[in-house]
Amino acid sequence: MKVLLVCEYREGKLLDTSYELVAFADTLGAEKVAVLVGDEAAVPQLDAPVYLADVALCGEYNPAVHKAAVLAAVEKEQPDYIVFSHSSYGWDLAPRVAVALKVGQVTEVVGIVDGDFEVGCCNAKMRRKVKPTTARAVLTLQAGAFAAVAPQAAPRVERLEVAIDGQGLTFVGYEAAEVKVVDLTKAEVIVTAGRGVGKKDNISLIADLAKAMGGELGASRPVVDAEWVEHSHQVGTTGQSVSPKLYVACGVSGAIQHLAGMKKSDFVVAINKDKDAPIGEMADVLVVADVLQFVPVLTAQLQG
Amino acid sequence: MKILVCIKQVPDMESRFKPAADGLWFDETDLAWRMNEYDEYAVEQAVQLKEQLGKEPELTVLSIGSDRVVEAIKKALAMGADRATHIQDAAAQQKDPWQIASIITAYAKDKDFDLIFTGMQSQDRGSAQVGVLVAELLGIASATTVVDFSFADGVVSVKRELEGGIKGLVSLQTPALVTCQLGLNVPRYPTLPNIMKAKKKEIEAIAVDSLLSEQAIAPTAQVYAPVRKGGGIVLEGDVGDMVQNLLGILKEKTAVVV
Ligand SMILES: Cc1cc2nc3c(=O)[nH]c(=O)nc-3n(C[C@H](O)[C@H](O)[C@H](O)COP(=O)(O)OP(=O)(O)OC[C@H]3O[C@@H](n4cnc5c(N)ncnc54)[C@H](O)[C@@H]3O)c2cc1C
Ligand SMILES: Nc1ncnc2c1ncn2[C@@H]1O[C@H](COP(=O)(O)O)[C@@H](O)[C@H]1O
Repeated sequence: MKVLLVCEYREGKLLDTSYELVAFADTLGAEKVAVLVGDEAAVPQLDAPVYLADVALCGEYNPAVHKAAVLAAVEKEQPDYIVFSHSSYGWDLAPRVAVALKVGQVTEVVGIVDGDFEVGCCNAKMRRKVKPTTARAVLTLQAGAFAAVAPQAAPRVERLEVAIDGQGLTFVGYEAAEVKVVDLTKAEVIVTAGRGVGKKDNISLIADLAKAMGGELGASRPVVDAEWVEHSHQVGTTGQSVSPKLYVACGVSGAIQHLAGMKKSDFVVAINKDKDAPIGEMADVLVVADVLQFVPVLTAQLQG
Repeated sequence: MKILVCIKQVPDMESRFKPAADGLWFDETDLAWRMNEYDEYAVEQAVQLKEQLGKEPELTVLSIGSDRVVEAIKKALAMGADRATHIQDAAAQQKDPWQIASIITAYAKDKDFDLIFTGMQSQDRGSAQVGVLVAELLGIASATTVVDFSFADGVVSVKRELEGGIKGLVSLQTPALVTCQLGLNVPRYPTLPNIMKAKKKEIEAIAVDSLLSEQAIAPTAQVYAPVRKGGGIVLEGDVGDMVQNLLGILKEKTAVVV
């Protein structure tokens, strides 16, 4: 079995998640080949052929051209699986490659069960096994599902020539991340408001608890999107990654993108009225309750 | 100008899920249904574009599914879409993203839509494929995970959300397709007068068989509940007791709360 790893590069660097792809191939016990649109100084370090397309010509984000690079590597190597990270790069490019090859795609693989690919569904409340029927398949891997391996040997680099045609799309550039007003990364205690708090007026209940615990207020994405709390409080893949001694999640369901930002917490308390909420998997203590009833009582006790 | 928005109806994610009898999907009885959250942003953006351009654009919403999806369609009409197409398919949940995209493409291919909006992913299946597949099948430009959208002189300018708070700025020549990410805008609630007006809008019904000629290539083999790792303590019951219990645990297990 042969696996083509589509590595990822941004602003001059290879992204570390490329080594999660290597880990996945190792789990399958498959032969590896890789492809990168990047530069010589940033090729993944692995004992395998790496096809390199020149980023100076291709551009960092140019889906039609990157698709052509991946297809050129597929043509040379005839892999069984073409594997991407499930990232803004991978979920954008993978379906383009799948449709060009007319092969099935399995999105956000979390594991391999009896030779089938396991993915989450219904906000991680259920699991699904997917079985592509095509000889070849495209896969994207959930971030962190396969622990990255360390860089290994120097690869055998082979250059790829790719036709440059953006097909109606132009990459203009990057906009830097906004400066964080609140730094949650050093907080010892974080009390997070999720959508389950119901409305903006109720945020003060959560903020009061955070204060009574001597901690900071965190927020899930919908709470930020609805403008109940300012963005610099957001925890998760598109917010901050935190590692407090105590994390209290109030009315947070536990979507993978949220968990990714708080799973390094030492001790997790979740307050949720749904006993089946996926956050329960991560929680050291799950309090099955209405946050609006439970939190004020807890705050009052702490205030003495 | 012609605009298409693809919407999916999904269960409320706070529902209790269990596998269906055949083990190939989840049991759909006793679930509450709503419009896929990502698609609400898609509808809102399309309506805002229509408002920007005045009366001229025609905004169609499309949904594939059983009769219950008409509820989601009505919501989109009440938010401001002009007309709707319901592709009737009682077995839509068994179709894979490739088939769903093929159906949408078969519908859209001779209609010359200038802009197509989809969600970046559906909340139940989460494949994040259908939008890009449709764009590729139609041979038009597309950008995913859009958190900012503007349109002027036939050019679409978007911000794509990347990891770590960085955004990628992209411009697209129409015809184009964008997939909408959470937070793109603030989806409106339909007002009562608009709900009444929506009742008069046309919902065209098309049988799926007339549009589908593809087999599934990534079918679901099984749906099942995750194995609960357990390990954590679960507190249930009286609020006062739970608070005392929790404080006891925190005192014992963490150094931060006394
Ligand atoms: C590319 C991408 C990036 C993302 N990045 C992030 C990110 O950085 N951070 C993030 O948080 N999300 C992120 N998301 C969104 C994520 O997928 C979820 O949509 C989000 O985390 C859900 O937030 P929530 O748990 O607050 O809301 P919901 O999922 O709506 O959950 C609300 C919870 O509250 C409970 N509840 C309701 N009422 C009460 C009550 N009265 N008392 C107690 N419990 C109650 C419910 O049972 C439910 O479990 C991202 C998504 C994508 C696609
Ligand atoms: N049954 C459907 N009917 C209409 N649009 C759909 C359907 N399924 C998916 N879509 C669209 O495709 C997007 C991505 O879905 P998915 O690839 O299933 O995650 C959704 O946000 C919708 O815009």
